[in-house]
Amino acid sequence: MSTILRMCNITKRFPGVLANDCVNLEVERGEIHALLGENGAGKSTLMNCLYGLYQPQAGEIYLNDQRVEVTCTGDAVALGIGMIHQHFMLVPQLTVLENIIASLRSDKGVFIDKRRVRQQVMELAQKHQLQIEPDAYVWQISVGAQQRVEIIKVLLTGAQILVLDEPTAVLTPQEVRELFHILRSLAGAGKTIIFISHKLDEVTEISDRVTVLRNGRVVGTVKTKATNKAELARMMVGREVLFTLEKEAVQPGETVLEVEHIHAFNDRKLPAVKDVSFVVRRGEILGIAGVDGNGQNELTEVIAGLRKATRGRVLILGRDVTNRSPHHVLFQGVAHIPAERKAVGTIGEFSVAENLVLVSYDTPPFARLGWLNQNAIDRFARERIQEFDVRTPGPGTFAEQLSGGNLQKVVLARELARRHDLLLCVQPTRGLDVGAIEYVHRRLLEERRRGAGILLVSTELDEILGLSDRIAVMYEGQIMGIIPNQNVELDQLGLMMAGALRLTPQPAA
Amino acid sequence: MQALRLSRNALLSIAIPIVAVMASFLIGGVLILLVGVNPVDAYSAFLYGAFGNRVNLGNTLSVATPLILCGLGIAFAARGSAFNIGAEGQLYIGAIFATWVGLRFAGLPGYLLIPLILAGGFVGGGLWGFIPGILKARFGINEVVLTVMLSEIAVQLVSWVVRGPMLDPNSYGLPQTAALSDAGKLPLLLKGTRLHLGLLVALLAAVIVYLLLFKTAFGFRVRAVGFNARAARYAGMAVTATSSLAMTISGGLAGIAGAIEVSGVHYRLLDGISPGYGFTAIVVSLLGKRHPLGVVIAAILFAALQGGADAMQRKVAVPVHLAQIIQALTILLAIVGEYLGSHGFSQFRALLPAGLGAAAPAVAAEE
Repeated sequence: MSTILRMCNITKRFPGVLANDCVNLEVERGEIHALLGENGAGKSTLMNCLYGLYQPQAGEIYLNDQRVEVTCTGDAVALGIGMIHQHFMLVPQLTVLENIIASLRSDKGVFIDKRRVRQQVMELAQKHQLQIEPDAYVWQISVGAQQRVEIIKVLLTGAQILVLDEPTAVLTPQEVRELFHILRSLAGAGKTIIFISHKLDEVTEISDRVTVLRNGRVVGTVKTKATNKAELARMMVGREVLFTLEKEAVQPGETVLEVEHIHAFNDRKLPAVKDVSFVVRRGEILGIAGVDGNGQNELTEVIAGLRKATRGRVLILGRDVTNRSPHHVLFQGVAHIPAERKAVGTIGEFSVAENLVLVSYDTPPFARLGWLNQNAIDRFARERIQEFDVRTPGPGTFAEQLSGGNLQKVVLARELARRHDLLLCVQPTRGLDVGAIEYVHRRLLEERRRGAGILLVSTELDEILGLSDRIAVMYEGQIMGIIPNQNVELDQLGLMMAGALRLTPQPAA
Repeated sequence: MQALRLSRNALLSIAIPIVAVMASFLIGGVLILLVGVNPVDAYSAFLYGAFGNRVNLGNTLSVATPLILCGLGIAFAARGSAFNIGAEGQLYIGAIFATWVGLRFAGLPGYLLIPLILAGGFVGGGLWGFIPGILKARFGINEVVLTVMLSEIAVQLVSWVVRGPMLDPNSYGLPQTAALSDAGKLPLLLKGTRLHLGLLVALLAAVIVYLLLFKTAFGFRVRAVGFNARAARYAGMAVTATSSLAMTISGGLAGIAGAIEVSGVHYRLLDGISPGYGFTAIVVSLLGKRHPLGVVIAAILFAALQGGADAMQRKVAVPVHLAQIIQALTILLAIVGEYLGSHGFSQFRALLPAGLGAAAPAVAAEE
């Protein structure tokens, strides 16, 4: 094998952040090279430098031992570098083939030889076993199929190096398996794959070699066969990490949350939650599994009072809170950890202290007769910061300056401080590093032991399997089944997530 | 103390307007040189005209008064995420209400009548702020269009009332209302100047706005809604009510400015009672970084520009338009400065032509 790509001493600075600090990366021809690191470790920044989206302040890039300048994405494409972003760049109203054509630069001026493109596409698809339907509209096809279209788009540009940015985040387990199959086939055909991920399981399964980044620096490059998950985690986080937390047996108690035949629309006024019913009891974690965008967020918003239920009832400790205000629901003993900690859970321009009292700012001791008691707020903030080990210069620091993990600790610290019997928890560890994930999981299990009822929505199956007592699978707004978390077969879960297996009766329309 | 927490951002937000003002006066100096006048002479005439004696100082502060109040109103709305362009109209409606109260209760003693007149101004302006506020909060209608249009209506409304329902029968056809009783006139602060008690009202309003924004639960809510309405809603805050109330208070503050123009300057309502204070106040709020103290300083600066420029024209024959140029430059530089402060110089480089951009990496490296 020969080295196809060398990135030497890449340094990329953003105002106040050193995203890449003298990063060196060597990738061999035909290998699957994983870039592993926590969020904010600099993986995407490095690849954006390679793809010409960012200009590094220092460092050189060599392709086949030739020094190259990549000043825009056009340069990168011309050099045979292709990137598949986490968010697909497809037009839903066009067909697969039309989308592919839209991405091409025609060599015949304004005219396009549609038949020739179709032929090329089908040849490529066959060669790498990429199953696609060229005449299907993009809105009709699954996320996994959309990703295959993106891969074909990149291959058509003649790319020799394919960069995939967290490609599995939106896929079901089956789709992940399919993707890995395709990646191996591409590598077998001599393509070089750079695979960005923060998931250890995937990296150990798919890659030949792994380069681990931490805080913008390279910790090391290792052969995947010569290492293991524990070592990789240590490199990533810089300390030992426990993968499975001890889960004590807890006898579930009284019912905290009852959801009865809930229906709701999404923001586009389409039905997003269809006839969903379940209960959550004290000392129990009900995990809601499912691929992102199958109504989980809308469901939790209905429970929290942020979205109107068109039918059905929500009861908290037996009290009907259906379509009551968010304020009312929060003060019925609900703690809510929302999916988007930056856009919803906190206010970036507010201080850490202000964020810690974002819900209870107008209740004693933080306010009396409408006047804020800054001393009480600061004192409370300092206590919380210490208890939850929030890494911040002080309570007055703006929330936007905190890392994702610390921001989530702020949300947890605030929500768990209020009296609560029910904990609504949506994607609590999305984008967090291994160390922070462990912390959040520990806290959730503690809440369970303390006797709170917990509704955990997550697209990470490991998280669902590791924490839940029962698992509900959601697909297209419906519950496909609720199963106890004992000897669960991954295949069965996967089929339910893909809508191919239903354990509950079809809801009445 | 929170106020002493001077992060890089806080320092920048103070430094940028100051640098912008100084730089625009420097550029203004070059322009003065170009018309063949010594800038030192011109600026000393400017300073004299703005602050040089009791009369000039009084005039400057008297002009600053409505700018402070309208600027506070615009800043308050902006904290709650609404862009209130219609302070001018709110001032006019405030003036109508204030005049009506002043004439209706003309017999009351001053210590009752003046607060009533100010309250009338607040109610009138508040109404004119509430309408766009509720329409935006409830239906998502663009408040910029609404406030601009309502402003036009307000100006015409004044034009009509001083010719119709509130026309002074003894005015020999002049379009104006009757004069307020003496009790309804704001007392002068400095003998022989135009400076009246309104300045103290404006300064008191600045203190109240500061306390309201930063020391009360309501202000916490306004700022939360302004920064991130989704987060505010998630946290259980009544977003619609908060933002429409913020717009109401915003309009109310501009309405007080209208009341003060009536009872402190003209002593009656007439056409064109404001020479565009509500519009100048938009840039006052911008330059003052939406902070009450910043608004007060910026208002005095813009007021000084007027008196100073007059003196410059009279003494050294520099056209008054220079004041407008300096005003525009200040705003331009403040906006560019703010962009550079928040995005860094490296991104600014991307805006420059390729040749310039390539020559600039040294700047980026130092940053």
